[in-house]
Order: sequence, then structure tokens, then C-alpha cells
Amino acid sequence: MLGIKHLTKRFDSFTALLDVSLEVKNGEFVCLLGPSGCGKTSLLRLAAGLDSPTEGELFLDGKKIEGVNKECGFVFQEYVLFPWRTVKGNIEFGPEIRGIQKEECERISQHYIDLVGLKGFENHYPHELSGGMKQRVGIARAYANNPKLLLMDEPFGALDAQTRNIMQGELLRIWEKEHISVLFVTHSVDEAVYLADRVVVMSARPGTVKEIFEIKIPRPRVRTGPAANAMRDQILKSLGTEIKKASGLK
Amino acid sequence: MKRLKFERILGVGLFLFVWEITARSKILFFLGIIKMEALAFPPTIPSVIWAFYQDIMSGTMILSIGYSIIHLLIGLVLAVLLGVPLGVLTGWSRRAEYIIDPIIQVMRPIPPLAWIPIAIMMLGLTHQAAGFIIFIGAFFPVLVNTYSGVRSTDPRLVEMAKTLGATEMQVLTKVVLPYSTPMMTAGIRISLGVGWMCVVAAEMFGVSTYGLGYKIPYYSNILMYNYVFAYMLTLGLIGYIMDTMFKRLESWKLRWRETI
Repeated sequence: MLGIKHLTKRFDSFTALLDVSLEVKNGEFVCLLGPSGCGKTSLLRLAAGLDSPTEGELFLDGKKIEGVNKECGFVFQEYVLFPWRTVKGNIEFGPEIRGIQKEECERISQHYIDLVGLKGFENHYPHELSGGMKQRVGIARAYANNPKLLLMDEPFGALDAQTRNIMQGELLRIWEKEHISVLFVTHSVDEAVYLADRVVVMSARPGTVKEIFEIKIPRPRVRTGPAANAMRDQILKSLGTEIKKASGLK
Repeated sequence: MKRLKFERILGVGLFLFVWEITARSKILFFLGIIKMEALAFPPTIPSVIWAFYQDIMSGTMILSIGYSIIHLLIGLVLAVLLGVPLGVLTGWSRRAEYIIDPIIQVMRPIPPLAWIPIAIMMLGLTHQAAGFIIFIGAFFPVLVNTYSGVRSTDPRLVEMAKTLGATEMQVLTKVVLPYSTPMMTAGIRISLGVGWMCVVAAEMFGVSTYGLGYKIPYYSNILMYNYVFAYMLTLGLIGYIMDTMFKRLESWKLRWRETI
């Protein structure tokens, strides 16, 4: 479980996050929604231990997060694959770093290559892959490290709409198999309603938790079903005022 | 492709034609650029081929190529052995950079030729002395490129490696070094070229009576310009061959790169 308590993050010229408290339960899928610059990415970076909080604390399974959090898997929008490593090599990076034996590394990478549907592309280099495939590698690499928490920063933001829908389905399929908590940043209300157990709407800068929506629609969800539409309406309303604030509109 | 091949031949053919006309017409003499008609400058193509053939048959050319390559290798290996670690160190650590950089910046503009007295004083008339001169020319491109490669490492890849559990040392060996390999390799390739250009400077003070760089001033002093040309062309050709071989190796070894 990820616990965030009274978290404030100030940079030199502005406050990114102000008194944010939030919990992500074990196996829970939480989406963060908010206007640009509301500190969503900052929150993920803090959870990954890549930045340290100005005030407040973060806990993972009761342990305080200090320094880089090696129990989490990070998935970036821009994939951030190691270009000199093949698909297999990228996925094996984590296990390899942790000193896991070669045969075991290969077993792990094969498992996740199969899981994300990259069979046959093991020895391809990242530049030979499409955007969707690159992100599959990114997800497999994060999973291969057996993390307690998956942090995803707009992972499908760079993909075309069709691929994006497919990848959302794929992510849920994987998540249902390997039940790890996910904290997922997105700009898309549709995506949040389709994926999440809970959607956290954040306010315009400085980012605070404005409202939390429970999405009780059973999976597999119908994107355009009446329940989803109603949920989307509520969230859009809540988000809309913040977006107006962020862009200086009345 | 075929058309381009034709154009290559055309370029070389035209060059050789102009050269031969210039030699046969003695135009440089008639224009007053060359003072003596008997100098035979530039030499005709057949006379250069003949000179080349003579020195191949006597073994002088082969030995000269061998010695020059040995001198190049001494300098190049030394440049890589020192340039790569020093480049990584200065790229990786701000403190190391601040300590070492001023020294490097002052040393870098000093031409290899200026180091000849020091080479002779320290190493005498030895192959090492010739290698040292080449090292001076080859060292800085390796150093500077390695430094830039390390410095340009994508910070997101470093962060990614850290969240995957990498220690500082692992970040260096598993991210920074592979990331900067293309730049490093480019540096070594430049060094190969610059080092080869230093062969004349390295051999002219006579570390041995063989060497492509030694033979050029040697034949020039006895006014045998067809031999001078033969050795110059050999220098050029071997430099070209080495560069091509290196390029092949590079594009195979670094095939993970996205290329245009």
C-alpha cells in the first residue's frame, strides 16, 4: 500500500503540491487527473523517490520512502527504453541489476514478453518497434522487476487513439493477472473511467486533492455505456472548473 | 547506384588527367612557379608508378608501411587507454572536470610538431618517441568526445536505471558507458585520422630509416619527387582504407542506433 501524508512540494518559484494526502491500496488501480502543471508528475516522482518532499511523508507498505524507491516500476510517456539493448535486454535490466542468475533472468523476461504479446520481437532494438510496442516493453520491464507499485506517467499519451484503446485493454488484462497497485497519471477522463478503481481529481496549481471518485462499474467496462457516461460527466464537471482556473478563464 | 559509380570514376579520371597534363606540359615551369626545368615537378603518373614499384620490390615501401602502422598503433592505443578513462572521469565528476579541464584546454592547442623536442629528450630516437607524437594528436579527440558522450547521457535513462535498482556504479557501467559509446567511437575514428596525419611529424626526426612519414622529407631532400608522390599517395590510400574499415566495424557494432 502506498500512503501519502500531508505532502507538500515546493520548487524555487512555485508550489507544485500542497498538503496532498492519498492512499493506494494493494492491488488498487488509481488514476490521477488534473489540469496541466498541477503536480501529477511531481507526485509520481516523489513516490518513485526521484525527488524528495518539502514537507510530509510517503510510505510504501509502512516503510518510509527515502532515496530512490526500488520497489516501484516507472513507466514514462516517452518509453525511456535503453536503445542499445534489445527488447529482451531491456526487460532483463532490472533482474540483471539485482544480480539474478542469467537463466532466471531469461525465464522472467520470456514470461513478460509472452504476457505483453511481444513474442518474436525478443531480439529487436527499440528503434525497430512501433510506439505501442515500445510501451509494451516499458510495461514488461517495470513488471519484470517485481515491483510493489506501478507508477505510470501518461504511458499512452504518445499513442494514436486506436493503439491507445488496445493498450488500455492490454494493461487491464496484465493488471488482472499480476495484481500490483497502479498509480496512473492521465489527461484523459475516458481513460481514467475505463481503467481506474478510483479517480483522483487534482486542483490547479498548487496541486491538491480536489475530489475522489469511486468507479464501481464492473469490468470489462463498456466505454460508452450509460454508467460510464454518467461518471464521465461528473468527473468532467469537477475537472472543468480546475482547467478553467489553470488557464486563467473565468 | 550505377550512375554514381560512373561519377566516381569520372572524378578520379579527371583528376589524373589534369595532373598528367600539368606534368607533361611543364606548365609550372613556364609560369615561373618552378625555377628549374630539370626538377620534373610535378612528376608524371608513370614515373610515380615506377617509383612505387621500385620501392615495393626493394621492400622499402612495405617496411615503411609496417613501421608507420606500428607508430600509429602505439599512439592510438595510448590515446584510447588514457583518453577514455579521463573523458569518463571528467564527464562523470564535476570536481574532476574542474581540476583537469584547465590543463587540458591549454595543452590541446599545442600542435604535435611542437612536442618533438620533448619526445626526443624523454624517449630518444625510438619508436616510442614517434608513437608519442601521434599520441599527442590522437589523444584529444578521444578525450573530448568521451567527455561529451558521458555528459550528454539522457538523465531519464539514469533515473529509469535507478528505479530499476541500479547503484551509482551500475548507472555508470550499464547506462552512461553504453550511452556514450557512439560518441567515443566517433572520437576514436577522428583520432585514427588525426594520428595518421601526424605520421610525418612523428617520423621526420628519424626514429628509423623506414616509415611513410620519414620517406617523404627524405626523398624530397634528394629531389626525387616521383617517390615523394608515391609515398604521399600511399599515406592517403592507407588512411582511406583504415577509415573505411573502422566505419564498417562501427556501423556493425553500433547497429542498435537509429540512423537516417
